[in-house]
Amino acid sequence: MAITVDRKPLTLWEKLYLPAIFGGIKVTTRHAWNTLFRGKVVTMEYPEQKWTVPEHYRGAPYLVKDQEGNTKCVSCQLCEFVCPPKAIRITPPGESGQKADRTNAEKMPAEFEINMLRCIYCGMCQEVCPEEAIFLQKDYSITGTNRADMIYNKEKLLSLGGEVGGIQKWKHKLEEAKAQENFPVKL
Amino acid sequence: MDWNFIIFSLVKLAIIVGVVQGLVAYSVLAERKISAWIQDRVGPNRCAPPFAKYIPILGPLLTRWGMFQPLADGLKFMFKEDFTPAGVKKIYFFLAPAVAVIPAMLTVAVIPFGSVMGSQKMVLADLNVGILYTFGIVSMGVYGIVLAGYAANSKYPFFGGIRSSAQMISYEISMGMSVIPVLLIVGNLNLSKIISWQADNGWLVMYAPIAFIIFMVSSFAETNRTPFDLPEAETELVGGYHTEYSSMKFALFFLAEYSNMVSSSAMMVTLFFGGWTLPFWGLDHPATSLAMGLAHIGVFMLKMLFFMVVFIWVRWMFPRFRYDQLMDLGWRTFLPLALVNILITALWLWMRS
Repeated sequence: MAITVDRKPLTLWEKLYLPAIFGGIKVTTRHAWNTLFRGKVVTMEYPEQKWTVPEHYRGAPYLVKDQEGNTKCVSCQLCEFVCPPKAIRITPPGESGQKADRTNAEKMPAEFEINMLRCIYCGMCQEVCPEEAIFLQKDYSITGTNRADMIYNKEKLLSLGGEVGGIQKWKHKLEEAKAQENFPVKL
Repeated sequence: MDWNFIIFSLVKLAIIVGVVQGLVAYSVLAERKISAWIQDRVGPNRCAPPFAKYIPILGPLLTRWGMFQPLADGLKFMFKEDFTPAGVKKIYFFLAPAVAVIPAMLTVAVIPFGSVMGSQKMVLADLNVGILYTFGIVSMGVYGIVLAGYAANSKYPFFGGIRSSAQMISYEISMGMSVIPVLLIVGNLNLSKIISWQADNGWLVMYAPIAFIIFMVSSFAETNRTPFDLPEAETELVGGYHTEYSSMKFALFFLAEYSNMVSSSAMMVTLFFGGWTLPFWGLDHPATSLAMGLAHIGVFMLKMLFFMVVFIWVRWMFPRFRYDQLMDLGWRTFLPLALVNILITALWLWMRS
C-alpha cells in the first residue's frame, strides 16, 4: 500500500535557500574548526595508532613456549589434520630425529610451517591442541612482499608466539615418574 | 610585429599556463584537505618523495600537509593504462578531452592578473571585448563534455553529456545577463578598464550585488560543481560523461574542470572584487616599481584563492539539486532576476545622469 507523505510547502524565506545556506555554512565551519583547531578527528592514523583488539580476538595462530622456555608442541599433528584450509604443515622428527628439548616429552616437530595466506583464523588448531601449544593471538596485519614470506616457519612462529603458561603435561609426568620411584614398596 | 612583444608574450604565456596548472594540481589537494576537515578527517598526509625525510622540520611538515600529493596524483594518471573501450567513436573519443581543456585554458588569457611590471602589462591579451571573448570561449567548453558523452557510446556518459549541455546552455544565459549591469555601470568591455574603474569608484560588488550572486551561482553551474554537478552525479550516472575514460584522458577532464574553476574565480575577482587592486596601502593604481607589481599579482592571487576555497567549500556544504529544480532555478528565478536587475540598473543610471 502506498503511503502518501504530506510535505509541508516551503515558506518564502525557505524558498530563498538562505536558511539552508546559513545552516550549511554553520555545520561545515563547525566541523572544520573542530578538526583543525580542537583535534576532534574521528579517524585513526593507522600504522602509528592501532586499535586495542578485544581480549578473545582471533588473529594469527602462533606456537607458544611454556614458562620455562620449552617448546610445547609435541608434533602430534592433530592441528595439521584438523586445519580446514590445510595451512599447517608439520614435519615430524622421525625415528632418528632430534628429541624434545625437555625430559618426559616424546618429541618436538622438526619443522612447523603455517601458510598465513591460507589460514582462515578459524581457531580449530587451538581447540584441538592437547598440549596448549598453539594459540590464535592478536596479530591481524600479516604482511609480506612475496608468497615465500608468508609461510611462517617454526622459529618465526615460536618467536612471535611468546610464552603462554598453562598446563605442563611433561612436568606432571616427571613428577608422577618420581613418585613412582619413591613409592615405598612393601615386600 | 616586434620581437620584444613576441618574447614577452611567450614568457607570460609560459608563466600563466604553469601557474594555472600548478593551481589546478594544488586545488585538487585543497579539495581533498578541506573535504577532510569538514568531514572530521585528516586528509592526505603520507605521500613524500624519499628525500623528504632528510630535510629537517620542513620535510615532515610538508608531508603532513600533503604537499607532495599532487605529484603522486599526476604520476598515477601518467602510468595508468590508457584504455579505449570497444565500441567508442574513436575520433570524438580522442578529441573530447582536448576540446574540454582548450577553452578552459584559453579563458585565462584575457584576465589581467596584475598591473604592470616594468613596461609590461600583466595581461596576456588586453582585448577590448574581454568579457565577450570569455563568454564565447566558456560556451565552447560544453562541446568537450557533450562530445565525451556522445563518443563513449554508453548510456551513463550519454546522460551526463545531455544533462550538462542543457545545464550549461541554460546557465550561460543568466550568467551573460548578470554581467550586463556591470557593463552598464562601467561602460566598457575591456577587463583592464573595468578594474581601473573599480579602483576609482569602489568594488562593483557594492554596486551590483545581485549581479554578483547570479554570476557566482551560474559559474558553479558552468563549472559543473556541486550543487549543480549533475553531469557527473556519481550516485546516478556511475561517473558521468567521463565514465569510459581512463589515464591521462580522464586527467584532462579533471584539468578542464579545475581550470574552469580557476578562470571563474579570476573572472569573479576581476568583475566584482576589483581585480589586482586594494583600496588601501596605495595599491589602487598601476605599479611604479617592481615590488609593487609583484604585490598586485599577490593581491590578485589571494582574492582568487579565496574564491577557489569558496568553490571547494560549497561542494561539501550542499546536496545536489534535482534536475527540475536546477532548470527551475536557472530559467524561472535567475533569468527574470537578471533581467529586472538590468532594468533597475539602467533606470538608476538614467536617473543619476
